[in-house]
Amino acid sequence: MTTSTTSTAPSRWERMRDSFLWYSFKRDRTAQLCLAVFICLVIAAFSAPLLAPTDPYDLAQIDILASELPPFWIDGADEMYTLGTDAQGRDLLSIILYGTRVSLLIGFGAVALQALLGVTFGLMAGYLGGRVDAFLMRLADIQLSFSTLMVAIVVGAVVKATLGSAFYSQYAVLMLILIIGLAEWPQYARTVRASVLAEKNKEYVDAARVMGLRSKRIMFRHVLPNTLSPIFVISTVQIANAIISEAALSFLGLGMPETHPSLGSLIKAGFDYIQSGSWWITLIPGAVLVVLVLSINLLGDWLRDVMNPRLYKG
Amino acid sequence: MALLEVSQLDVRFALRQGEVRALRDVNFTLERGERLGIVGESGAGKSVAAFSLLNLIAKPGFIAGGSIKFEGKELNSMSERGLRKVRGNRISMIFQDPMMTLNPVLSIGEQMVECLKAHRRISTKEARAIALDKLRQVQIPSPEKRLDQYPHELSGGMRQRIIIAIALLLDPDIIIADEPTTALDVTIQAEIMALLLELCEQHNVGLILITHDLGVVSQVTQRMLVMYAGRVIEQGPTREIINDPQHPYTQGLINALPQMATPGEKLNQIRGSMPSLSNLPSGCAFHPRCDFINRADGQPRPACTQQVPDFVDSGNCRVACHMVAEMLEDRRLKEESL
Amino acid sequence: MNAQAETIATMPTQNEESNESLLQIRGLKKRFSLSGDFLEQLRFKGGKLVRHQEYVHAINGVNLDIKRGEALCVVGESGCGKSTVARTVMGLISPSEGEIRYDGQRIDDLSSKQLLPYRKRMQMIFQNPYASLNPRMTIQQTLEEPLRLHHPDWNRQQILDKVEDVMRSVGIDPDWGKRFGHEFSGGQRQRIAIARALAVDPEFIVADEPISALDVSIQAQVLNLLMDAQRDRHLTYLFITHDLAVVEHFGTRVAVMYLGTVCEIATTATLFAKPRHPYTQALLSAIPRLEDDRPQHIRLSGEVPTPVNLPSGCVFHGRCPHANARCKQEIPALKTQDDGTRVACHAVEEGRL
Repeated sequence: MTTSTTSTAPSRWERMRDSFLWYSFKRDRTAQLCLAVFICLVIAAFSAPLLAPTDPYDLAQIDILASELPPFWIDGADEMYTLGTDAQGRDLLSIILYGTRVSLLIGFGAVALQALLGVTFGLMAGYLGGRVDAFLMRLADIQLSFSTLMVAIVVGAVVKATLGSAFYSQYAVLMLILIIGLAEWPQYARTVRASVLAEKNKEYVDAARVMGLRSKRIMFRHVLPNTLSPIFVISTVQIANAIISEAALSFLGLGMPETHPSLGSLIKAGFDYIQSGSWWITLIPGAVLVVLVLSINLLGDWLRDVMNPRLYKG
Repeated sequence: MALLEVSQLDVRFALRQGEVRALRDVNFTLERGERLGIVGESGAGKSVAAFSLLNLIAKPGFIAGGSIKFEGKELNSMSERGLRKVRGNRISMIFQDPMMTLNPVLSIGEQMVECLKAHRRISTKEARAIALDKLRQVQIPSPEKRLDQYPHELSGGMRQRIIIAIALLLDPDIIIADEPTTALDVTIQAEIMALLLELCEQHNVGLILITHDLGVVSQVTQRMLVMYAGRVIEQGPTREIINDPQHPYTQGLINALPQMATPGEKLNQIRGSMPSLSNLPSGCAFHPRCDFINRADGQPRPACTQQVPDFVDSGNCRVACHMVAEMLEDRRLKEESL
Repeated sequence: MNAQAETIATMPTQNEESNESLLQIRGLKKRFSLSGDFLEQLRFKGGKLVRHQEYVHAINGVNLDIKRGEALCVVGESGCGKSTVARTVMGLISPSEGEIRYDGQRIDDLSSKQLLPYRKRMQMIFQNPYASLNPRMTIQQTLEEPLRLHHPDWNRQQILDKVEDVMRSVGIDPDWGKRFGHEFSGGQRQRIAIARALAVDPEFIVADEPISALDVSIQAQVLNLLMDAQRDRHLTYLFITHDLAVVEHFGTRVAVMYLGTVCEIATTATLFAKPRHPYTQALLSAIPRLEDDRPQHIRLSGEVPTPVNLPSGCVFHGRCPHANARCKQEIPALKTQDDGTRVACHAVEEGRL
């Protein structure tokens, strides 16, 4: 293997362009479609204040008489409400946009918390070993034995009891981020720990020790950047999981309240109305949730295949 | 007719930056019981040559041209079924890392029996007896015990002996050994090479030994090929090439060995490194590293940078080098004028 | 004038406490536990709960002196403990027993803070060029890091100059500083690793099989580089290798190790001309030489024993063609012969060999 004879190093942009990631992305239609869908949903959700025809949180705009109107392709629809309305007369399109925003916020927020805790603990456990490792991994095991549901119930009940229901509703987003973030950090911790254990034995770490660098610097400056690829892969899956977890919690009534709904609570809210024929109240938010999570999962699959070193050597 | 005849072998890899020619114009023959060495550094193409003989090159590699004739039959055009009859049975192979070659979850006996039963209709009992016999031939202590042991219970040297035993199970005509001792310690290496040599001589089995170690080639093989950047650049009897190498690369390789240098003095090195196969220099692939690129009168030789050298016969050897061709031509002209 | 020849001629034949010694290793022993943590060690044996501990005895009593300016080569096959010795000397592993002294000061029991000034004087080069450079750092960053650590008072320009200087001295174009390790070949990576070690201007370098992973023609280049560095910077080397041809060319003195013990220490010329220890003899005969037509090595019986259950007495007795009853029971000590060679062998001591 020789180097090229040019003396200027390639810029970051050139590196990315030549990289295997981009090459593989260009050839994979599924990945391109999924990324496009995902980006559209994210942009739509976060521009909800601009895109939504009505503001579903503004009680003045809700017309109770316009409740349970079907979407535009069914007889009896009102063209002002493109996707119909829910039981309270809120425009479904608007509320889905805002709901998706809430779901995404919680998804990303929870994963950020998981990653922060998980990566730090995994790094420490893997690099320092010994008692620190044993303690942190037992902590992770204990955490894993509590299901997210149980944690949500306990935390929800405790907060509601001490600080009141209204407080809980007001800070629901934060509470959910906290709950889901705390429930799933062991995933990150274990993945990072495995990578760190592999990297720790490599000679560049020995070289850093022989240089006289301190453990903290070696951990963060040398080992951590080399353990990042698996983190990217599991992050996509974890975001999808977080969104689903939040949807499940909301569906059970332990998550976002009806006044400030996420996709999950919308599904819940409309569930009772399937029998009476207003299927769109539950199924349309459901479809959006499925599309969102599916696109993230498929992207995650593609990323995992691409980043698998053995696969792309062939 | 030689047992194995390889002519104009051309192997390529379809990579995303284009098609890379891993082997070009490789020609050699192997008689029954003959021992041939293929020497070169990493990237020269020697493992590709070995794998392509049994059509084991994995995608994106493929055999683009040339012929490989075993006992007169063309292997390239054989069906997969026909090839399976050849692999392991008539031509078997030994790889570099014994731990990777042996299945860690099967006992030694199970692996050997499986190999035998794949090619012959015999009972397990008969197969075990044959396996035991081969283990004795490779001088493994307490062979009965070994049949029921697992690879991780054995040392590197023992595992390599077992690999040799498996290679011999079906009494093949040719064994291809791809760097069989590189991963072993030097005392174990000596024993394994001596064993391989004895077995090949006793059973009249041909050997194609692929290695970068010139000392091993000199001890074990009768003829050798030197490869550089996908081509054979020198071939002939081992003793002659080692005592009097003609191609500048071969000379450089031998001179770079520490045993050829004076202790305390710098080693003779070949400057630069082997070019990547996707970016070969024009003309002779070795010319950027060659010290003989100029003629005797000091003028550069244009052929070196423009033309890929053809083989010329020099004694019993064949060399692909413009300088050697020129030298032989001069000598011939001088003799004619006398 | 051949610097090696000079050193050989003036080297004192004995006197371990000579203040010429830069590094002294005394009674070094290292065991690695195979038994896992406490809970895994408990076993049920013969009706009682016992604590079962198994160790890999990597180093079993090594005494070595390295004199200033020399290149001591430690040779041996896999499992002999030579790499463990190198890592213990550099402080990557702490010894189970024994002492390591650098320039008279004991260093094996120092804290990392106390060890910092020694890190400037002692550096290491590793075997695997593909793993010894951080894949996520550019070459420039890799080479600047030791300088920033050991010279906090230097300004940016001084550091850049020093990096450029050391890159040139190993034959790497300084313009390539912005590239990452994986863009270089094995030989070039090893040069960069050498540059990293030389950047802090050390006086002692431990090289753990630095050329084993390289192609033959590249090995010559890198070895020449190491020899130049020794001459230009007056370095002392502890050179670990299994390649005896390299030793013959590069080393001042050689120590042969087998299963964690030193069998023989001699000057290079003496060892190759007249090896005394049976293992050294077998090792030397096993090197494939270009002149040979057939393998001509001394055959050793048996297999290499495992370092978990060390043989009693002399570790080599199971495979030695000259072993007797005393060899099975008594561990031989290193005894000095009349030409300065030190050999640990009963047969040599008794005059049987």
